[in-house]
Amino acid sequence: MSETTATSSGSVTGAEIRLENVTKQYAGQKVAAVGDLTLTIPAGEIAMFVGPSGCGKTTSLKMINRLIEPTSGTIMIGGEDSRKRSADELRRTIGYVIQGGSLFPHMTVAKNIALVPKLLGWDDDRIKKRTDELLDLVSLDPSRYRDRYPRELSGGQQQRVGVARGLAADPPVVLMDEPFGAVDPITRQRLQDELLAIQRELRKTIVCVTHDIDEAIKMGDRILILQEGAQVAQYDTPEVVLGSPANEFVEDFVGSGSALKQLSLARVDEVGTFPQTTAKIGESSAEVIQRAQAAGHRSVVVLDERNRPVGWPWLRQLKGEKIVQSEHAPDAIDRRATLNDALDVMLVNGHGGAVVTDAGGAYFGVVDFTSVTDQMRAMQEKAHEVSNG
Amino acid sequence: MWDFIVERRSQLLINGFNHVYLVFLAVVFATIIAVAIAILVTRLPKLEPVANAVSAIGLTIPSFALIGLLIPVSKIGDGTAIIAVTFYAVLPILRNAVVGLQGVSPTLLESAKGMGMSEFTSLYKVRIPMAWPVILAGIRVSTQMSMGIAAIAAYVLGPGLGTFIFTGLTGYGGANAFNNVFVATVAIIVLALILDLLLIILGRLTISKGIRVA
Repeated sequence: MSETTATSSGSVTGAEIRLENVTKQYAGQKVAAVGDLTLTIPAGEIAMFVGPSGCGKTTSLKMINRLIEPTSGTIMIGGEDSRKRSADELRRTIGYVIQGGSLFPHMTVAKNIALVPKLLGWDDDRIKKRTDELLDLVSLDPSRYRDRYPRELSGGQQQRVGVARGLAADPPVVLMDEPFGAVDPITRQRLQDELLAIQRELRKTIVCVTHDIDEAIKMGDRILILQEGAQVAQYDTPEVVLGSPANEFVEDFVGSGSALKQLSLARVDEVGTFPQTTAKIGESSAEVIQRAQAAGHRSVVVLDERNRPVGWPWLRQLKGEKIVQSEHAPDAIDRRATLNDALDVMLVNGHGGAVVTDAGGAYFGVVDFTSVTDQMRAMQEKAHEVSNG
Repeated sequence: MWDFIVERRSQLLINGFNHVYLVFLAVVFATIIAVAIAILVTRLPKLEPVANAVSAIGLTIPSFALIGLLIPVSKIGDGTAIIAVTFYAVLPILRNAVVGLQGVSPTLLESAKGMGMSEFTSLYKVRIPMAWPVILAGIRVSTQMSMGIAAIAAYVLGPGLGTFIFTGLTGYGGANAFNNVFVATVAIIVLALILDLLLIILGRLTISKGIRVA
């Protein structure tokens, strides 16, 4: 599968990262924390580093922005040796996002995001514009959140600001260390989808450490599975890692249920979405019902002024004269969401389908249960073909 | 007593002002010295027990004794008074500054470093602002304590309300002896409370809303 070409819309703004024979040996330890790691991460791709704890994945990540200096070996970013510049200068050109967002509690959201641009000496107007732009990008209303302090935000919102801060100075490379480790599963899934949507636009080179193989499969263009001492067990696309694990270690690590895990490989927009009748808040209900019936739809998706879905009522629920805001916004999924996530949402909402959104949370279409199951069948047949010949 | 106050009101006001001014200068110097030492201690953790021991032992030195020791070096006068008060004022601030600076989570500091902040930037943008509430609590303790110690500094002809107390003590049994001691003591307490209030206001103005308690 060549998703990077099939679903990309932005042009690549990332830079290639190359690790050549990188070793980290701590004094007084027999075994190297990272031993002779050689790796190329192509520009504009997401590389997921996974492995058991203590395998050296975080050490490898931190060597890229020189939070840890390699004992030997070279790291090239965009063809340039990372030691050519001072460590501080280098780090200002590499986004860094860690678990929980790690926001500075004494600074407002805007100040947190503005840190690196400030260090780079941007003027105030440019910083303010950029801050608002980024808050929009991570689906936080700038006017509402700009002046809040981190403790006034939920965990998921803090993490969003953390991502915005990492992207603030538009760095070609972004490093993430267990970025979504501290939030609940539902928020995590949403944040993953958002990040994928953002990445579709920006095409940065993202290196992300995780201990969660499912996250790696979902997010990664490539997955690096590491054994102790950062020995590469396998470095390949999720499809290959799942379909033909390189050795027993990978097989164990990927775990059972790889057929189910395949669900994480297919994205909603590969299955295809259907248009659904939409309505704006404040429109006349009668007109909307007429429009839906003409199209043969039994429900309508209600959108707010920014085109984000805020309700998904059945026609019989449209009792008032005008369309009003529904009590619950539908659990929308990003169009890059996996079939796994899509099924999750469908199983609980009773519509036998799910509302799909595009970048920024704007309405995109609706995906239904039948097309998902069709896709699953097709994938299984294909997997059989591969394993039989 | 009232007559006593009215008769000496200008002298009381001048001495009261000098008293506060002495404490103010001493606390400002002490804050700078204490924070500087605390920064050193956080960079060289081996020094921490030393700093703690010094601040514990320092507080046990009787202020009279310290003044006695200082006189040969810095002569009788304002200078000695300021040095003595500053010495004591450093101790509570130092303790709090070390605790405050060390309390900043290593993750936050690494994240600051990872964003490309230099050691110095991280210090004044992250470490000090986050430790500030704790440092300020130390400054408040220190100010209260210094108000009392400054009274003793009058022994070396330093400025302040202490001169009334010493006049009273040396002339004990004489007319107004009690009045001298009593009025000056009450004045010190009142001024100390006013200073504390000002420090609370300073806290409201300088502690980020993001980390303020309540």
